Amino acid sequence: MIITKKKAAKDILDALKGSKSVFLFGCDTCAEQCSTGGKKELDEMKALLEENGIKVTGSSLPEVTCYRQYIVKEFKGRGEIASADALLVLACGAGVRTVADVAPEATPVIPALDSLYLATVERFGRFLEGCAMCGECVLADTGGICPHTECPKGLLNGPCGGVADGMCEVDTAQPCAWVRIYNRLKEQGRLHLMKKVRPPKSHANNVKPRKTFLRSYEREIVKKPEKK
Amino acid sequence: MRSYDALQKSDLQKQLEAGRFVITAEICPPRGTDTAVFIEKARLLKGKITAANVTDNQRAVMRLSSLACAAVLLKEGVEPVFQVTCRDRNRLALQSDILGAWVLGARNILALTGDHVSFGDHRDAKAVFDLDSVQLVGTIRTLNSGKNLSGVELRGATGFFIGAVVAPEANPFGPEELKFEKKIAAGARFFQTQAIYDMERFKRFFDYASRHDVKILGGILLLKSANMASFLNKNVPGVHVPQNLIDELSSAKDQLQAGIEIAARQVRELKGFCHGAHIMAIGQEESVVRIIEMV
Repeated sequence: MIITKKKAAKDILDALKGSKSVFLFGCDTCAEQCSTGGKKELDEMKALLEENGIKVTGSSLPEVTCYRQYIVKEFKGRGEIASADALLVLACGAGVRTVADVAPEATPVIPALDSLYLATVERFGRFLEGCAMCGECVLADTGGICPHTECPKGLLNGPCGGVADGMCEVDTAQPCAWVRIYNRLKEQGRLHLMKKVRPPKSHANNVKPRKTFLRSYEREIVKKPEKK
Repeated sequence: MRSYDALQKSDLQKQLEAGRFVITAEICPPRGTDTAVFIEKARLLKGKITAANVTDNQRAVMRLSSLACAAVLLKEGVEPVFQVTCRDRNRLALQSDILGAWVLGARNILALTGDHVSFGDHRDAKAVFDLDSVQLVGTIRTLNSGKNLSGVELRGATGFFIGAVVAPEANPFGPEELKFEKKIAAGARFFQTQAIYDMERFKRFFDYASRHDVKILGGILLLKSANMASFLNKNVPGVHVPQNLIDELSSAKDQLQAGIEIAARQVRELKGFCHGAHIMAIGQEESVVRIIEMV
């Protein structure tokens, strides 16, 4: 789940300055779950824009806004999209980019949300950062607790000196990730995994923009960083 | 190619290897380019201590670089312990600054994780942590061996006396113990500890630690007042000032004087069994001289 939060109304209105009419996109997957881009939020956004003299030509709630084919379908079927001066997207950055890439080059596409992180959903409305998408999963050695994600410093070889009674120095309400890793590995009889010195992480596979092509005939155009 | 200097050991290393009790102290770099006070403090400590640590944007507060301050100390004839944290630089910047420190004449280095930016004066900054402290120790050992992190041979190696930090009063101690041992495995030769107050507990730590081939300098943090002690307990992780010391401070007429006496007492105790003491006086460097005179 991608977690998003709403931008301030003022920032959205600033970004829409000069646009007399706007079409809205939400997202029925993550943003709907975050209460940032579902049906209710689209209605609220419509009301806000109209209060501020901006005409809303229509809105759409694709099943998954980061899926290009859904967006292409919306553009084909909805004349109100083309008649709008700008498009406002209540979805994560990937959703905004998907809409922006499908929209005509001349049409401004504006984000209504800030994208925060990839979460595990503890229960509805309770999200915890789940994965830093670092490109090199270490969870096998860390008892399923991620030092990249759950340690504010992303340390790979154990806790910093800031642990106080097992708690993190940055968020003192949060148990130290490395104390948890230690306890869990000890429980599993696998503490030897924490004893080995983990070398500096390779960022060679994280050169942006990252892309993946599953079809073999497309795969050969993916450039890999050369290894020495 | 190895330079002649690489064969020269620092005074700190020589003294520790000779089994002498050493005292180091910390001098905080200025928050700007005016080094007058910094130099004054260095002159005050010259000859009284074996080496002076220069901190690296301590508490994530931006100050003059520890690299520049190490060079200033060398000019003043005071041997520096060049502190380097992982917070502000990636592996390229760290390695080039470490080489730079060697060229300028620094021979002791202390590798630390670094406080998180959320504690400091630039809270919007990106926290780097490309390396962690164990990897930073390993990086310095690699530079000492004449190579850089990508395996390329250096034109001139370093020969640093590599130090790291340990928190003997960490709670829980298990994970800290593992990390301490990893720092040793990565190449740390001496340790300056986080502030210690429970001397019995520290003795037990020392007995354990001295089974390894490393030198331990017990960390002494000068308590300037009872208020400061309470502040430390509340705000500085891994530091616990016991109530009897807080009482001793609050009942004293001159609290700073009482703090100096407590610190001197702790250094005397350390002298009985430990390899050295590292005095952190945070802006009160003149008190370090008084502590040493009382030992």
